[in-house]
Amino acid sequence: MKITLKVWRQKDKNSKGAFKTYPIDDVSQDMSFLEMIDVLNESLVKKGEEPIAFDHDCREGICGMCSLYINGRPHGPLQTTTCQLHMRSFKDGETITVEPWRAKPFPIVKDLVVDRSSFDRIQQAGGYVSVNTGGVPDANEIPIPKRIADEAFDSATCIGCGACVAACKNASAMLFVSAKVSQFAMLPQGQVERKTRVEKMVAQMDEEGFGACTNTKACEAECPKEIKITNIARMNREYFAAMMSSTNV
Amino acid sequence: MKLESKIPEGPLGEKWTKHKFNLKLVNPANKRKYDVIVVGTGLAGASAAASLAELGYNVKAFCFQDSPRRAHSIAAQGGINAAKNYQNDGDSVYRLFYDTIKGGDYRSREGNVHRLAEVSVNIIDQCVAQGVPFAREYGGLLSNRSFGGAQVSRTFYARGQTGQQLLLGAYSALNRQIANGKVEMHNRTEMLDLVMVDGKARGIITRHLITGKIEAHSAHAVLVCTGGYGNVFFLSTNAKGSNVTAAWRAHKKGAFFGNPCFTQIHPTCIPVSGDHQSKLTLMSESLRNDGRVWVPKNAKPGLKAMEAAGIPESERDYFLERKYPSFGNLVPRDVASRNAKYVCDEGRGVGSGLAVFLDFADAIKRDGEKTIEAKYGNLFDMYKQITGDNPYKGPMMIYPAVHYTMGGLWVDYNLMTNVPGLYALGEANFSDHGANRLGASALMQGLADGYFVIPYTIGDYLAGMSYEKISTDRPEFKEAMENVNGRVGKLLGIKGKKTVDQLHRELGLTMWDYCGMSRTEEGLKTAKKKIQELRAEFWENVNVVGGSGELNQELEKAGRVADFMELGELMVDDALNRSESCGGHFREESQTPEGEAKRKDDEFSYVSAWEYKGDNQQEVLHKEELIFENVKLTQRSYK
Repeated sequence: MKITLKVWRQKDKNSKGAFKTYPIDDVSQDMSFLEMIDVLNESLVKKGEEPIAFDHDCREGICGMCSLYINGRPHGPLQTTTCQLHMRSFKDGETITVEPWRAKPFPIVKDLVVDRSSFDRIQQAGGYVSVNTGGVPDANEIPIPKRIADEAFDSATCIGCGACVAACKNASAMLFVSAKVSQFAMLPQGQVERKTRVEKMVAQMDEEGFGACTNTKACEAECPKEIKITNIARMNREYFAAMMSSTNV
Repeated sequence: MKLESKIPEGPLGEKWTKHKFNLKLVNPANKRKYDVIVVGTGLAGASAAASLAELGYNVKAFCFQDSPRRAHSIAAQGGINAAKNYQNDGDSVYRLFYDTIKGGDYRSREGNVHRLAEVSVNIIDQCVAQGVPFAREYGGLLSNRSFGGAQVSRTFYARGQTGQQLLLGAYSALNRQIANGKVEMHNRTEMLDLVMVDGKARGIITRHLITGKIEAHSAHAVLVCTGGYGNVFFLSTNAKGSNVTAAWRAHKKGAFFGNPCFTQIHPTCIPVSGDHQSKLTLMSESLRNDGRVWVPKNAKPGLKAMEAAGIPESERDYFLERKYPSFGNLVPRDVASRNAKYVCDEGRGVGSGLAVFLDFADAIKRDGEKTIEAKYGNLFDMYKQITGDNPYKGPMMIYPAVHYTMGGLWVDYNLMTNVPGLYALGEANFSDHGANRLGASALMQGLADGYFVIPYTIGDYLAGMSYEKISTDRPEFKEAMENVNGRVGKLLGIKGKKTVDQLHRELGLTMWDYCGMSRTEEGLKTAKKKIQELRAEFWENVNVVGGSGELNQELEKAGRVADFMELGELMVDDALNRSESCGGHFREESQTPEGEAKRKDDEFSYVSAWEYKGDNQQEVLHKEELIFENVKLTQRSYK
């Protein structure tokens, strides 16, 4: 396959970026999208040019480190992570546009790399059950109906990649935040801090500058882990219930 | 120098309990006076950082990823073992201990392994308390499965994403301590050297991967929790960023490296598709519970998965079931991998020739597609995504790939290396898996070390130390910083003709060909020479573009590959020295008449601990004898 890649290049946070076009011959259909960039990068290095910086690590769709806005969609045309996207999803001769995540709370670091530390700070605000190591009850002393456990698991599979934010015209992080809020709201372990958790996480989300939910479901459509928008509905319920009855925050 | 394993005296089942009592304690009010550096935030690092901070120590944690949640523990699929015996099927702490010692082919310490089995039960309790959503039965209790050759069901799991859920649990505990101000978290920061003061580990030198800033950090103890070194092979199931650098720099500062040649080749990975291949993807071993491994009896080059159904039963060779009737497709990883290699070497491989079938047709017929989907849905999807083939319609193709390294920094029972104040946890140490790790035991060991071992053992060391903090203005820190800066400058200044990846790929091929699934003296000697030449070429001919004061991913890779170039030779040295076959280390010169691995217990019942002697100098071997008081050494048989 022959591909033309139109890539956002930006030296650092403060520099002005621009698109640059690279023709690539000999692209195999079996290459992953990131392997295609690897091949391009290796050819750039051979020419003494700086390769394109992009985040990636596990390359098996689970670490959430890879990003990339491909042809106007986070992680490209399939509902998967960019590392699991393969070139067989593109046509011979196609021009592919590659941009970083576009959202104010994810400032660009270089080229296609963005800073997602706002996600960490939201989790630090309350995305946990406050138990110390040791002194916990036997695991089977906390029976949980399978249906609840499975549903909590569906929420827990979020990989924190940020595609939901990139997909949203409001750069809302509500799918990300609600996934964690839901996991703990459903499980018995999360009950003690149920109200304070949602209040603190939402407060931090707002402080980071993420927008409100647009109800367009773009996040759900793009989430590589198929996190459902019903999580957002649950978070809203949890939040209002906490506001009515909690004296925290 | 004699290596002191510090295994406590007394009966096996009482060692850890007694040892915990004998360890010195740090007064609760004094814990805040001690600083601990934790490098790496996978299961071992995150659990250690969180647990130590909960106790009151000041923790500084470091990861090279943009968030601690991305450490490669997250990719573990299958599950975590624990001797809960919830299934009433005869499991016990002693059985888990015994299986692990035997599975490791009697090259690990009884004391360490028994402790691992003991604390395994606490790990499950801890994770459930954190809200880790393990799989459950309809009655609401936890579900278990048999995994990787175990004859009891002791593996706890969270669909095919157990590592992710456990890591997010540890990450949540870490986050809580970051919010509390007890952990100072440094993301996108890589450890590039260990700093020694008066013979003790007292700090590290780091490079911030965005700004390029080289910084010094001091502490009372340093924990290296940076995972394994499988990426020395270039292609492995490790994340692209996984590297040996932190452990290797510690090794060069005096920490011995234990059993470097013990690498695990995992049998169920997706085969290589071409030269562009950047990494290999593992398909969980749990697939072998229902999938049957086969190749055609007679070579059929280029056979595709969709053509497999056309091969009649009589022309199929279910080679694992044939050779190992009692374990069948569930033989341990090394046995399964080696046998896949043999049938491919005979020319009976399918697809590219380097692949065998893993067939679910019988399981789907027996249990229905829905049941199989519920068990393995995400794995089947992943396979389809990567290969373009549908595993519900035809068999998967699999081939072995480097997956885990049992070797690592040598540590004593307290997880301390021979360098005072330097600890190694999780895959970064050598301690618990011997020559072969059993499935679902990596997660167990990482969390055991971090949650339930280091919080006890570190106190014993710190209690004997003064509170006094040391300044990073000291000459030891300045010198280490200069060395790191010098090395960065040197890498950028070579401006040669080959890319870092090119040289890394060459190293990987050499390692795979000569120090992979099967090894010979002659091949290893060839490899040693090749690696030395390649290393020399690296330092003359590598081209690292860009500068040092910025995000420079080529520079990051170059530093890591430079370390792999040194480690590779040590792995070969170790494989050469160990002229027996054991676990994942198969020396062709040492096999039984049936072609199975043959150990030489009278000669090699020891841990190899290698001492660094300077650049391009031959490393020196130290031996720690392994003493077996409880188990009888037998030849592993899975017939």
